[in-house]
Amino acid sequence: MDWDEEEMEVAVSQRPEWSDVTPVPQNDGPNPVVPIHYSQHFAEVMSYFRAVYLADDRSTRSLHLTAEAIHLNPGNYTVWQFRRVIIEALNADLHEEFRLIEYLASKNSKNYQLWHHRRWVAEKLGTEAAARELEFTKNIFLNDAKNYHAWSHRQWVLQNLGGWEDELAYCNQLLEDDVFNNSAWNQRYFVITRHPGLGGIEATLDSEVSYTIKAILHRPENESAWRFLRGLYKNNMQSFVTNPKISTLCLNVLTSKVNPVFALSLLLDLISNGFEPNQDLKNAIKAVIPESNSEDPDISVTICAILEIIDQMRQNYWRWRKNNLHSQVAEGVANLYIH
Amino acid sequence: MWDVNELWMQFEIMILNKGESILITFPKQFLIGESCLIIMGELAAEQHAKYILTIEKKKDDVESVLMEHLRINGAYWGLTTLDILGKLSAVDQETVISWVMSCQHESGGFGGNEGHDPHVLYTLSAIQILALFNKIEVLDIEKVSSYVATLQNEDGSFSGDKWGEIDTRFSYVALCSLALLKKLYKINVEKAVRYIVSCKNLDGGFGCTPGAESHAGQIFCCIGALAITGCLHHVDKDLLGWWLCERQVKSGGLNGRPEKLPDVCYSWWVLSSLIMIDRVHWIDKEKLVKFILDCQDKENGGISDRPDDAVDVFHTYFGVAGLSLLEYPGLKAIDPAYALPVDVINRIFLN
Repeated sequence: MDWDEEEMEVAVSQRPEWSDVTPVPQNDGPNPVVPIHYSQHFAEVMSYFRAVYLADDRSTRSLHLTAEAIHLNPGNYTVWQFRRVIIEALNADLHEEFRLIEYLASKNSKNYQLWHHRRWVAEKLGTEAAARELEFTKNIFLNDAKNYHAWSHRQWVLQNLGGWEDELAYCNQLLEDDVFNNSAWNQRYFVITRHPGLGGIEATLDSEVSYTIKAILHRPENESAWRFLRGLYKNNMQSFVTNPKISTLCLNVLTSKVNPVFALSLLLDLISNGFEPNQDLKNAIKAVIPESNSEDPDISVTICAILEIIDQMRQNYWRWRKNNLHSQVAEGVANLYIH
Repeated sequence: MWDVNELWMQFEIMILNKGESILITFPKQFLIGESCLIIMGELAAEQHAKYILTIEKKKDDVESVLMEHLRINGAYWGLTTLDILGKLSAVDQETVISWVMSCQHESGGFGGNEGHDPHVLYTLSAIQILALFNKIEVLDIEKVSSYVATLQNEDGSFSGDKWGEIDTRFSYVALCSLALLKKLYKINVEKAVRYIVSCKNLDGGFGCTPGAESHAGQIFCCIGALAITGCLHHVDKDLLGWWLCERQVKSGGLNGRPEKLPDVCYSWWVLSSLIMIDRVHWIDKEKLVKFILDCQDKENGGISDRPDDAVDVFHTYFGVAGLSLLEYPGLKAIDPAYALPVDVINRIFLN
């Protein structure tokens, strides 16, 4: 037993195994800048911790005390660090750490120290830990699918301990639960670009484009999916401009009378890279705000004018796009020739 | 023609007169057209300063136990806020400085409190606090900068302490510390920059490690580090600028990632990034000012993450610093890369 809720109710000074230790209280000075109000129990535990830390007492009782101190304040990295020193000295069972971490994670999973400790344990255990670590983060995502620490840990596990096999399927599952989950879209990109067996973005382009188009048609106001689609073509402008699926997607979104901001923005990108919209598409663009009745021969100007109106909070951005259309087109076409 | 500077000057006069009413009649469009007039007088600056100066008296503050290990961060947030509000002189600097120095470890790095292990995060806070008081010279600069330099890894990244956690936050913190100490030459800047650039994502943003999701806090760190090293040309400014301005939600507040709730802290992370890449005019500044002001506890001082939540020193700093970036009248200007008042930065680099 590493720490015990009942034992924590007994003052450290009343426990027989601590009778030989003199506690070292915190010195906050006479006029502290950010004075801290310590609860009595916390102050006592920390005083005993300072005593064993200063004496470098790498014993079982110190190990228990670190758990108690961590329990009271999981953010104190000096305590975590000393715990690792003791574990190494005593060759303590690493699996015990999972119990502590999982208990703390259930209270607050956004603590840097907790994740750092988890990684230290996983690294020591090696590939045998991969499945357990993937499962652990999966459990965190059940309650908080965008937990930044857990995603960071999961990426580290995949890259260092393995377990890539089902990762794309896992992304599918998360996006099925919530198609707006930007962390899952990011993970998807991570998988298709770094999975050792998928062949990279070139090999997965067609299936990823189809997948993303479907996701966009389901919820066209989803910023993450549009950015993912654009990212797939980051280094491949030629196919971006020539793939009819992309312009058809924009046409479908525009004609379905849903939030058109991202479709219009993508069209602007397409056009500035040399794409020439057909009459159907031009009509659909103008139909977004029929009363505006823009007669500008340059359809990009019309797109920007519409965006300025429908996305008022960012009107300066769209105005800037409008004022820079020509340089963007010139740059885009030049890029096409280079490719 | 309406002159913004003149209008602001008149407001500063009002503030200097401590609210004594001076009747100035403005044309109607000032009240509605730019809507800034109504907003301007609403920062409860006195109360915020008082809140920071009297945090110590809040004995029932349950957060305080959890702050114990990062007390030096708390001191940096509180003191910088006071300086922006023009109230730093209310603090006894000798006491602060001797306490800060007592947090230094024999390695040269600083802990979050006396007797704690050193970490690069707290080392930067210590340097920043000393910079506020124009007392960087009390440091053994060679020793502190050597501590920071030893945290650089072979691939250019930085660990937070000798135990090895790697994160672009630490790249920023290390580069900012060394720049303030004028010791950037002690590390391999080119490799440090290369590592940061390797964390760039398809949306133009940056994450904590290569492949990690873009997050406004990490973006601030990466853009700040690139600004400090003169390497902003690695940033896709238009792409990132659009992503950052997409962070503004209907209430006017900013979030840190798509589909997340707005939070006053992003008024700092997002705004400072937009300023460093010269795209801050792409957001609706007035709506953001209003959002921050709505998060104030006007009676007792302090600012919270969202309207009607509990205030804390962290969000008070980010709210006031955000307003400073938005050129709110009566506040000192803050430098978006170094997170210190501009006059402090000028004192270090121009003198």
